[in-house]
Amino acid sequence: MKAVELAKDVYSVGVIDWNIRDFHGYSTERGSSYNAYLIVDEKVVLIDTVKKEFTDKMLENISSIIDPKRIDIVISNHTEMDHSGGLPRVMHYIGQDKPVYCSKMGFKNLSEHFPAGLNLKEVSNGEEMNIGKRTLTFLETRMLHWPDSMFTYDQTDKILFSSDAFGQHYAGFETFDDKVGDEIMHHAKKYYANILLLYAPLILKLIEKVQEMGLDIKMICPDHGIIWRSDPAKIINAYVEWSKQEGHKKAIVVYDTMWHSTEIMAENIAEGIASQGVEARPIHIRSSDRSDIMTEALNAKAIVFGSPTLNNTIFPTVADVLTYMKGLKPKNKIGAAFGSYGWSGEAVAEIRGHLENLGMEIVDPGLRIHYVPDDQGRAEAYAFGQKIGKAVIDAL
Amino acid sequence: MDKYVCSVCGYVYDPANGDPDNGIEPGTSFADLPNDWVCPVCGAAKDEFEKQE
Ligand SMILES: Cc1cc2nc3c(=O)[nH]c(=O)nc-3n(C[C@H](O)[C@H](O)[C@H](O)COP(=O)(O)O)c2cc1C
Ligand SMILES: [Fe+2]
Ligand SMILES: [Fe+2]
Repeated sequence: MKAVELAKDVYSVGVIDWNIRDFHGYSTERGSSYNAYLIVDEKVVLIDTVKKEFTDKMLENISSIIDPKRIDIVISNHTEMDHSGGLPRVMHYIGQDKPVYCSKMGFKNLSEHFPAGLNLKEVSNGEEMNIGKRTLTFLETRMLHWPDSMFTYDQTDKILFSSDAFGQHYAGFETFDDKVGDEIMHHAKKYYANILLLYAPLILKLIEKVQEMGLDIKMICPDHGIIWRSDPAKIINAYVEWSKQEGHKKAIVVYDTMWHSTEIMAENIAEGIASQGVEARPIHIRSSDRSDIMTEALNAKAIVFGSPTLNNTIFPTVADVLTYMKGLKPKNKIGAAFGSYGWSGEAVAEIRGHLENLGMEIVDPGLRIHYVPDDQGRAEAYAFGQKIGKAVIDAL
Repeated sequence: MDKYVCSVCGYVYDPANGDPDNGIEPGTSFADLPNDWVCPVCGAAKDEFEKQE
C-alpha cells in the first residue's frame, strides 16, 4: 500500500487488517487498521508502529516516501502491542540507538513489554520538541485507555495524533471521514462503548483541558480506522455526549434462554416498554456479540436482563455480559431482571444483585415466571415492560 | 494507617511507602497528602480515592 499524504510532508503509513474479526474479545466485523504516521522534516519522525506481524508492510509503506533508515525519532503514544509490536523490528532496521520517545508510564510499560534494547526516552506532559519547521507537543492522557497513553500534537499542521482515542475498528481505503460518511459514527461509538466508557469522567476532564489550552485542531489522526479531517469537532462532541451518559428514550432487553420461556417474556416485556413510546429491543445474547450489546447499552436509559435458572444460578452467557458490563461501568441506568424457572429460581435475584452493584436504579424487584408463560404470564411480562417504559419517560 | 484505592485505575496508596517519585515521604497519611497530589498511575484527583476496607 502507498503512504497517504495528510498534509505537506505528513503521511499515513499504517496497515489495514482486513480479516480480523475478534480483537481481544471485541467483534470487528469490518476489520481494523493499525495506523502509524510519518513526518518528514529536518528530523524524520515515526509516530507509533503496528502489530508485530504487519511490521514489514509498514516499512514498505514508508519506503514509498523515504528510506526507513532515515527515520531519526520514533514516538510511542501507547504501549499496547497493536501499536508497539513493530518497535523491536523497526528499531533493529533503522538503528537500535535511535530514540523512542514515550510518556513516563510508557517508559515503564514498554520496558516490561520489550525487555531488551530500546533506547527509551521519557517526555513529560506538555513538553515540546522541535523537529525543524515543526514543533510537537506531548500531552499525557493517562488511562485513556492505558496508564502510558499520550497524544502528540503537531502545532504547525494542527494535527492531533490521538492514539486509540477517537479510533474505530474499520478497514477501508477511504482513509478520511468525509469519504466514508456517517456509517463511521457507528464504529466510533462501538469503540467508545467497549474501550473507553469506563473512563467517561476522565474523558470529560481531558476535553475540558484541551479546550482550555485552546488547541486548534484541524485534523485528528487516531491509531485505528479513518482520520477525522472534515469535521474533527464532530467526534469530539460525540465523545462529550457519550461521556455524559444521559441516555435516550430507549431500553434494551438482554436475555438468554434454553427452551424459549425467558424469550417469550423478553418479547412481551419489550412490547410493553415500546407501548410507552420508548424504543425497545430484545437482544438474545448468543445471537449477538457482547461488544455489540455494549454498543446498544451506551445510549439506552434502561437495561433489562433476563435469564432462566440453570443449576441454581444465572445462565453463563448472561453472567458473561454482566461481568463485561460491570467493568465498563455504565452510569445513570435504570435496571430490572426477569426469567423463567422450574423449581428454585435463583437467577432473577442474582441478576438484581449485579444490577444494584452496577449502581442502577432498580424499578421493580423482578419478574419470575414458572416454566412456560401462559396468557396471564405474558400479560404480567407486558405490564412489567410498561412499568419500565414509564420509568424511562419519568427519568428523562 | 489506612490504605486508599484509586477508583479509576486500582492503584493503592500505602502510607508506609508514600509516593517518593512525586516527593511524598514514606509515612505520610492519605489525609496529609497535598490537595494537588494525583494518582501516580492515572492522574486521578485525591477525591477519586476510596478507603480500602
Ligand atoms: C482493553 C484493555 C483493558 C485492560 N484493563 C486492565 C485493567 O483494568 N487492569 C489491569 O491490571 N490491566 C488491564 N489491562 C492490561 C492487560 O491485563 C495486560 O495487557 C496483560 O498483560 C494482558 O495479558 P494477556 O496477554 O494474557 O492478554 C487491559 C488491557 C486491555 C487491552
Ligand atoms: Fe489500546
Ligand atoms: Fe489500539
